[in-house]
Amino acid sequence: MEFDLSNKSELAKAKRDFHPGDRIFGRALMLPAYSLLILLVAIALFLLHGAWPSIQRFGLKFVFSSTWDPVREVFGALPVIYGTIVSSSIAVLIAAPVSIGAALFLNELAPRRVSEIVGHLIEMLAAIPSVVFGLWGIFVLAPWLRSVVEPALGRFFGFLPLFQGPPYGVGMLAAGLILAIMIMPTVASISREVFHSIPRVQREAALALGATRWEMIRLAVLSGTKSGVFGAVILGLGRALGETMAVTMVIGNRSHISASLFAPAQTMASAIANEYAEATSDIHLSALVGVGLTLFVVTFIINAIARIFVWRTTLRWSAK
Amino acid sequence: MIAEQRGRTIKNVLMCSALAFAALIAIIPLVSVFGYVFLRGFSSISVEFFTSMPRPVGETGGGMANALAGTGILIGLAGLVGIPWGLAAGIYLSEYVAAGEKGAGLGGAAIRFGIDMLASIPSIIVGLFVYVVVVMPFKHFSAWAGGLALGILMIPTVARTTEELLKMVPVHVREAGLALGLPRWKVIVYIVVKGSLRPISTGIVLAIARVSGETAPLLFTAFGNQYWSHDLSAPIASLPVQIYTYAVSPFDDWHRQAWAGALVLILFVSSLNLLTRVILKPSGRAGA
Repeated sequence: MEFDLSNKSELAKAKRDFHPGDRIFGRALMLPAYSLLILLVAIALFLLHGAWPSIQRFGLKFVFSSTWDPVREVFGALPVIYGTIVSSSIAVLIAAPVSIGAALFLNELAPRRVSEIVGHLIEMLAAIPSVVFGLWGIFVLAPWLRSVVEPALGRFFGFLPLFQGPPYGVGMLAAGLILAIMIMPTVASISREVFHSIPRVQREAALALGATRWEMIRLAVLSGTKSGVFGAVILGLGRALGETMAVTMVIGNRSHISASLFAPAQTMASAIANEYAEATSDIHLSALVGVGLTLFVVTFIINAIARIFVWRTTLRWSAK
Repeated sequence: MIAEQRGRTIKNVLMCSALAFAALIAIIPLVSVFGYVFLRGFSSISVEFFTSMPRPVGETGGGMANALAGTGILIGLAGLVGIPWGLAAGIYLSEYVAAGEKGAGLGGAAIRFGIDMLASIPSIIVGLFVYVVVVMPFKHFSAWAGGLALGILMIPTVARTTEELLKMVPVHVREAGLALGLPRWKVIVYIVVKGSLRPISTGIVLAIARVSGETAPLLFTAFGNQYWSHDLSAPIASLPVQIYTYAVSPFDDWHRQAWAGALVLILFVSSLNLLTRVILKPSGRAGA
């Protein structure tokens, strides 16, 4: 016998050296794969590096101060954080029911042909570049809001501070609506995936017990996928938080907190896109990078949470 | 009893129609966006759009020839970064992690998580990162920086599709190669990957479709340029940035150019998406 089979390390060495090219090839692939993690860390570190001057100068006030004044070089990110939260909330409030409803209709009710075609159409929405949505927003959505929607909202709900003030068209409401449209395909397609993971027999069991279609959806599909659907909505939220071009083009770009949804506002992403060109002082640039760092941290956390929720549902059902 | 039955039936009809209505609402914006882009785009587009340079304000006409060329150059540079990096990560995940390489389980989960996170970072953040790393030290915008930003954005798409498609290659194909005494790397390169070239190329096409409409990361990397530029270390024009500049300008003639640009961009992206289906179709085996 050439090898002493009882000597494990010798055996392992013989195995390992049988094809020396394999180890080199494996390492050569391992490096770029793991370097993706390094890239993520590098993004965080370099943003921190770029934002350092403004962090040093403003400290925690950077996040809590509502004054954003490039002329006096005072930078507080509260208005843009507020703008991001409000516009994304509008988007989620509109997009979540519509896309979950559409996903249920396509998966559970529609004939196969219909669900294929409509499914493709919704996915085509996802392929439209953000800047094209922005162009449409400026010339179609904003004029419609200004002349039809906002006056109507003002007349019927004008007692709420949300719907007071002159209808500009461009503003928080336009940004929220365009974000809702843009995150719809994300929420819908992930919800469909989650609903799809429910085994067929669950539905058949509900129907066999005499449930109506809707009861079947509620009992067999929705009750087991709540956390997955929640994850899908949060993923949509993650997209809305960082969406840049379309929002920049319709939000009106004013770093100011206003109770009215008709008023122009600013989000973290739109502030960066809009002000980078005017940022002549180093501290202004650094403050914009600081806004970017904040956005990065927030979207990272939101997306990580969403992933966990989606995984939990799909893994649970696929394991059975 | 009967009343209860009727209540349930009514509720069923109501809820089912509500769901159908939701699906209807979901496609209205698509119809509107496509409708306007096609109507306004086709009425503004001309041969000049593809062959001429932008004209100064006040002169009508002109086109986006430099921006079209710039987008081509940027996609090429992005491919140099994103395609090899994404392919390597995808092959590693499918051939070493999924195959249960010792100790690769945890690392594989970490890499997959990293790819997911990379895919969900707002693209403007990637642009800001490249700005801090490349543009600030060299003190000027460049095509290289724009290409790098787009390249990073390509990685997740390429890596994920490569992994998914290679996993579809049956294990017995790999085993057959190994049984012939081939080293594993040869099995991977000459049998697994070579046999899946067509499906893998769809991942690359999808990634190109994704980044070719990206605007935000280009704003402070490639910047933009009113003139021809072949110099990769100089700012370069691109179609999406040009559409943005023209759309937010106050000039009617520029608005028309923006609609024409949007039409070209949408047609380009849609035809790339269509191309992926064509690539997969003729031989059914390649996809499945």
